[in-house]
Amino acid sequence: MTALAPRARRRRTRRGPRAAFAVLLAAVVIGIPAWLVAATIGKSSADAQSPNLHPPKQWHAAANLHTAFNQGQMARGLLNTVLVVVPSVILVLILAAMAAWIFARRAGRLTAVVYAVSISGIVLPPTVITMVLELRKMGLADTRVGLICAYTGIYLSFAIFFMTGFIKGLPIELEEAAGIDGAGPMRVFWSIVFPLLRPVIATAAIMVTLFAWNDIFYAFFVLGGGGDATLPLNLYQVANAQLYQNNWNLIFAFISIMSLPLVALFMLGQRRIISGITSGAVK
Amino acid sequence: MSVTTHLSRRRKPAVLRPSLSGQKAPVPHSHRSRRRHPWIFVLPAVAMFSVFFLAPTLLTFFYPFTNWSAFHSNIDVVGLKSFRSILHDGSLRNALQATLIYAFVVAVCQNLFGLGLALLLEEDTWLNRALRTVFFLPVLLSALAVGYVFRAFLTPDGALNHALSTISGAHVTFAWLGSTTWTLVVVALIHSWKWMGLSMLIYLAGLKAVPPELLEAARTDGAGRWRTFQAVKFPLLAPAVTFNVTLALIGTLNSFDIVQATTGGGPAEATQIFNVYMFRVFGEGLYAQAAAMSLVLFLVVTALAIPVIMFLRRRELSL
Repeated sequence: MTALAPRARRRRTRRGPRAAFAVLLAAVVIGIPAWLVAATIGKSSADAQSPNLHPPKQWHAAANLHTAFNQGQMARGLLNTVLVVVPSVILVLILAAMAAWIFARRAGRLTAVVYAVSISGIVLPPTVITMVLELRKMGLADTRVGLICAYTGIYLSFAIFFMTGFIKGLPIELEEAAGIDGAGPMRVFWSIVFPLLRPVIATAAIMVTLFAWNDIFYAFFVLGGGGDATLPLNLYQVANAQLYQNNWNLIFAFISIMSLPLVALFMLGQRRIISGITSGAVK
Repeated sequence: MSVTTHLSRRRKPAVLRPSLSGQKAPVPHSHRSRRRHPWIFVLPAVAMFSVFFLAPTLLTFFYPFTNWSAFHSNIDVVGLKSFRSILHDGSLRNALQATLIYAFVVAVCQNLFGLGLALLLEEDTWLNRALRTVFFLPVLLSALAVGYVFRAFLTPDGALNHALSTISGAHVTFAWLGSTTWTLVVVALIHSWKWMGLSMLIYLAGLKAVPPELLEAARTDGAGRWRTFQAVKFPLLAPAVTFNVTLALIGTLNSFDIVQATTGGGPAEATQIFNVYMFRVFGEGLYAQAAAMSLVLFLVVTALAIPVIMFLRRRELSL
């Protein structure tokens, strides 16, 4: 403690200007774009045509949010997004946890090879063009199931990688004790291993949700523009429809409604997300 | 924190030296251990991954050599026709150039911004914690949404020119997204803006892992702020640099949303990175050409990302 005292004292003298600079930087770098969005949501369509930083003469925010929600078909988009993202996340987490358990506990060359192949999807780019062809042949193109399969394939590697590292750090003794007591692998996994994975499952769930919720590229190829369109696809259609071009008030209203669930999710799981993201990087 | 630090030490090398990972684990009763960890648990994951990731990857080595398109009912092998056409119309060179410049600018800027923010907000005060959250917010937004916000900001009659006009008194109508040279850099800066919060978090974690004794020793030796950063903190941040550069490369090579939302690949295809090209050509029904581009992207990533990761890992060890 005594060793740290001079450091703290030295820092305190500099803290004022430094903190002021940090606040100013945040106000400019994040604050200005955020204000642009907030101010534009408040404007009438005529005032929003050429976006600027002036505050709206009259606040039309409620009406714009309402219009965006209805005309952007956000209720249906939201439902479609949830119906795709939730099954994808559950599937990724369960399959990855089961596989990671074996990868973490088994030794040998074969395990190493299968593990390396399974996590190759972290670096390799998903080849979406031929994936669409395959989904068409399977009759899954333009369906939510097809998109769920695509997301599962794309994000499994990431989840397996994170979970295998986590399980390796768990003591094996608990599992062995259960095994001696006669529990089969199924019992051991579901009643001992899986509950211990809670922290890493929370992190992986939030990360996969973040990716899938905001994805538009894969959704484009797999779903196209049909009735199953997810929220980002709706946003793209709204922003590109002749009718809405330069209706920035409605586009931004759409964006803010669409982003709200994720921001709320982040606020709830902030600590978990941060420790999850960073644990992979520190050494 | 110490738990996660300990875990990550084992976790990181696993991806690069996978052949070691299995052998490292202690196996006192290998026979019994095998029965207790049956392969059947791996099967569902491997099946899904094989069918929906590996199989399309393998198919990408076949379909570019066919005449697969929206205009044929059957698919025949036609050789290198698709590659010849993307080579001759310049789109391959263009996509390659745009993607590599984009990836490079983002890798540099996202890391500089992230590192700068991490150093600025390093101290654990309530204000810094709040500001970290603020700078992390763009990471949560959809990249498409971020693209639209900046398009509104940068269009000729957008917010930036409006603000500049107000300040300068003249009527500014600069086309920020209309330059065939600089728009790619502008879009790369937007990409860096969106992801700098993630880099910041990773650098913050790296800074937290710097032993205080080392900083104390540097101070006793009379090292200033810059010298301490350069000689003590930065070398110890090597793993964070590796992680961040890797993330930035993977993110940019597969990028689509921000470019599509801001420029749609324009002006004059100057920002037409791989995925934007694929999206456009696929929409035109030229599936084989899109697949050919997809194969090139796959090879570029394999040829680029993997050596970069290996190089950075080696650098870490030598520092």
